[in-house]
Amino acid sequence: MDIPKLTIPEIQKGLRTRQFSAVELAGEALRFAQAENPKTNAYLIFSEERAQAAARRVDEQLARGEEPGPLAGVPAAVKDVIVTKGLRTTCGSRLLEHFIPPYDATAVTRLEQAGGVIIGKTNCDEFAMGSSNENSAYGPVRNPAALDRVPGGSSGGSAAVVAQGTAVVSLGSDTGGSIRQPASFCGAVGVTPTYGRVSRYGLVAFASSLDHIGPFSRTVHESALLLNTIAGRDPLDATSAFAPVPDYRESLDQGVRGLRIGLPKEYFAGLASDSGGQIHKGIELLKKLGCEFAEVSLPHTEYAVPCYYIICTAEASSNLARYDGIRYTMRSKNATTLSEAYRKTRGEGFGAECKRRIMLGTYVLSAGYYDAYYLKAQRVRALIAQDFRNVFQNVDALITPVSPFPAFKLGEKLDDPLQMYLSDIYTITGDLAGVPCMSVPCGKTSEGLPVGMQILTKHFDEPGMFRVAAAFERAGGFEV
Amino acid sequence: MKLTEEEVRYVADLANLELSAAEIARMAKDLDSILTHIDKLNKLDVSQVEPMAQVLYEAEETATLSADVAGPTYDSATATSNAPLAGGGFFKVPKVIER
Repeated sequence: MDIPKLTIPEIQKGLRTRQFSAVELAGEALRFAQAENPKTNAYLIFSEERAQAAARRVDEQLARGEEPGPLAGVPAAVKDVIVTKGLRTTCGSRLLEHFIPPYDATAVTRLEQAGGVIIGKTNCDEFAMGSSNENSAYGPVRNPAALDRVPGGSSGGSAAVVAQGTAVVSLGSDTGGSIRQPASFCGAVGVTPTYGRVSRYGLVAFASSLDHIGPFSRTVHESALLLNTIAGRDPLDATSAFAPVPDYRESLDQGVRGLRIGLPKEYFAGLASDSGGQIHKGIELLKKLGCEFAEVSLPHTEYAVPCYYIICTAEASSNLARYDGIRYTMRSKNATTLSEAYRKTRGEGFGAECKRRIMLGTYVLSAGYYDAYYLKAQRVRALIAQDFRNVFQNVDALITPVSPFPAFKLGEKLDDPLQMYLSDIYTITGDLAGVPCMSVPCGKTSEGLPVGMQILTKHFDEPGMFRVAAAFERAGGFEV
Repeated sequence: MKLTEEEVRYVADLANLELSAAEIARMAKDLDSILTHIDKLNKLDVSQVEPMAQVLYEAEETATLSADVAGPTYDSATATSNAPLAGGGFFKVPKVIER
C-alpha cells in the first residue's frame, strides 16, 4: 500500500479483492499519519479507537457479503470545528481544550455511514477565524509544500493532511474562503458547496449566514464522491436545502466543449504576477478544451471585504456569546462573581483574532450603529448576490484566482489584520452570494508553491462546477 | 481615531470580554484601521435596496417546521457533562445576587 497516494477506487478494489482489510488499512494510515504529523502539526487529535471500530464494521459487512458503502475503509480527517461524539473537539481554542461533544455532526454521521474511517481531527484557526492557521491555540500548521510557509486558513489542517497524504479525504468549513484558500496554498482540491447543500448540524457556529461544510481531496472524483455522501436535507438543520442531490460523479465525464465561462475583470487586477500567470495558463488549457471565454463584470466586488467583515463579525459576536464559563469546560480561576466568570473566562480563553472579531461585531451591532453598519452591509450583500445572478444569465461558470498570492511565510502577515482580511477578496464573494465554488490545483509558481484556480457556478449547479474541474484535471491542468 | 480607548472599554463591557490595558490600546488601533476601510461602503447609496436577511430559501415558509412530537433528548448528566462546575443535574454558577 502506498499510503500517501492511495485513492478511493484503489481502496475499494483492495478491500473487495481481499488485498488488505479495512482494519489493516486504518492501522497503516494511522501509523503513517502519526509519524508524519510532527512535520506539519496538521492533526490535533488522533482517534485510533473510533477508526478501528469503523474499520471493523466495514470488514464485518464485507465478510457478510454486504455493501459497506462508497467510502468503505477510506481514511478521513475532520476539521476540529466539527463535533464528534466522545472525541475531543477543540475548535483550535484554549476555551474548548477539554470539550467532549455528546453528539456527532450530521456530516460526520453520513461520512461514517458511507464506510469512511475517521482517523483524526485537524488543526485550524481558532473558531475558524483566520486565513493562515496561525490563530490556533495549538500552534500553526506548516504547509507540506513548503514547511516555512502557512497552509492557509482556516481549514489549514484539513488541506495539509490531504496534500501530505496523511488522509485520503477530509472535511473542512468555509465562511469566507476557509476551504478554497488553504486548498490552493497546499495544492489540494477544496469544495464549498451551495449554502445549505450540506447540513451544518454539529458545525460549531461562526457566522451562520455564511458557514458551509465541504470536502478536501487530491482528485475531483473523490470530492464529488464525498459531497454525494454528506449533501442533502437534514431535519436537524433548518437551513439545509430541500433540493434533491444528484450523483455528482455523473457530470465528471461530460467534457466542457461549448461551455461559456466568464472571467470577472475585477478579479484579475492586482494579482501577484506568478499566481496570475498560472491562472492564465489554466484558462488557455480550458480554451483548448473548447470552452468559450468572455470578460464579465461583478461590479460590487470592491465592497465585498467591508461587507463581509461586518456581517461575519456581527454574527460571530453573537454565536461566541455562549462561551461564558458556565457550560463549556473552562472557567477562569480568578473569577468570584458571575459577571467576572463571564468576562475573565472570555478574556483568558479567546485568542487575539477572536477577540478582535467579537469586538468589531459587538460594535457594529451596538445601539446607534446597527443601521450604519449591519443593515447597510446586508443591503450591500444583496447587490453582491445580484451581481452573480446577473452574470450567470450569460455564462455557465466563472473562473478566477483563489488568492492574490501563493502561501506566505509563517509570521509574515500576522501583525496587520486588515492586510490579512484584504487577502480574502476573491473567496468571500462566493460565500456572500451562497453559490458553489471550488479550488483546483493549477500548477506551481517559479518558487514551487501551489496555485489554485477557482470555479464558481450558480446555486445548486455543483454538477456544472465539477464538470469543469474534472475536464481540467483530465487534461493535466493540475500540473499546468 | 474612529474609536477612543474609552469606547473600546465600553464595547468590551458589552461583549463581556476582559481586556488588558495593552490589549485595549492595540484593539483601538486595529479596529480603527478596519473601520476606516469599512467606510468605503459609504460610497454606495443602498437606501432603496432590500437587506439580504436570507441567503437561499427555495421552500415554502412552513417547510422547516417539524411535527410537534417529543423526540430523544439528553439526560441532565450528559447535558452538563462539559460544565466546569456541575452537580445534581445543574450548572453551578457563582452567586448571582449579592447581599
